[in-house]
Amino acid sequence: MKMADDVLFEFLHMEIVSYVEQSARKDEKDRLVAKLEQMGYRVGQSVAERFTKDTPRFSSELDIIKFICKDFWSSVYKKQIDNLRTNHQGVYVLQDNKFRFLVQLSASKQYLEVAPKYLAFTCGLVRGALASLGMKCIVTAEVSNMPACKFQIMIQRS
Amino acid sequence: MSRQGGRSTDPRKVSQELFTLTYGSLVSQLVKDYESDEEVNKQLDKMGYNIGIRLVEDFLARSGERRCNDFRETADIIAKSGFKMFLGITPTVTNWSAAGDEFSLVFDNNPLTDFVELPEEHSQLNYSNILCGVIRGALETVQMDVNVRFVQDVLKGDNQTEVKVKFIKRLEDAVPAGEE
Repeated sequence: MKMADDVLFEFLHMEIVSYVEQSARKDEKDRLVAKLEQMGYRVGQSVAERFTKDTPRFSSELDIIKFICKDFWSSVYKKQIDNLRTNHQGVYVLQDNKFRFLVQLSASKQYLEVAPKYLAFTCGLVRGALASLGMKCIVTAEVSNMPACKFQIMIQRS
Repeated sequence: MSRQGGRSTDPRKVSQELFTLTYGSLVSQLVKDYESDEEVNKQLDKMGYNIGIRLVEDFLARSGERRCNDFRETADIIAKSGFKMFLGITPTVTNWSAAGDEFSLVFDNNPLTDFVELPEEHSQLNYSNILCGVIRGALETVQMDVNVRFVQDVLKGDNQTEVKVKFIKRLEDAVPAGEE
């Protein structure tokens, strides 16, 4: 697989966040996160297709989540998810103790208020990836002490 | 059962497809947000500039390159060292002007455009215009004022992708206010 340097991806992500922020009009600041999430979703969909084209079909929902935690996370963020929990009813919590987009930002509560906009793209990325693997879900992120953060995946059953 | 389908373990590299697709989502957002291709080009250049002024620090720290003696050396470092490090490609340096103040970077393959087709109504769009901004921003940080522009693009039906870099002037160290 061809590789690009990861600082390039990081800087590009930073520019995307700051562009979307500046382009949002005052009355739609609340849509900032939604817009970033949408962009991530599109990328996640295509990336998941590319990443899984040579892998065997997944046998279960858990198998897909494990793929996200290991392979997908390693390909995108250079590490695996540190902790995976589930209530066995369609809710999964993925914890990353050193989330890459936050590592350079802070190692405490400083800048906590700006953290959400650096997580939105990733939420979309995960949701898009899961969608292309046949799972409809809602993905949210939560951060209490940077650079650790948790992504919650809620499977939507029809 | 392992699913490690040939994923790289190099800690500094990410899948180029991820990068390419992320860039694609940015361009498509810009095309939605702005009415003219010219505006999109401008915005991409601006974002590239912001990346360039940061990227050069990373580049100098990791590559150990020193200050260039002339513009030819600059061209070589950009092509053989810079592009190689960040995108894994080596564009050809060619078309030097007689005065030695302008050269072209010719790309055989441009990784930013891997999955791209340009619709007819966007004939003015320089899809990879971010590269111009990156080069300009990076060189400005090492005191070179340059003009960078696309002259050919395979996405527009040209045979090759060509970016022209023109040296304008050397930026002098600014003397702090109130000092001689």
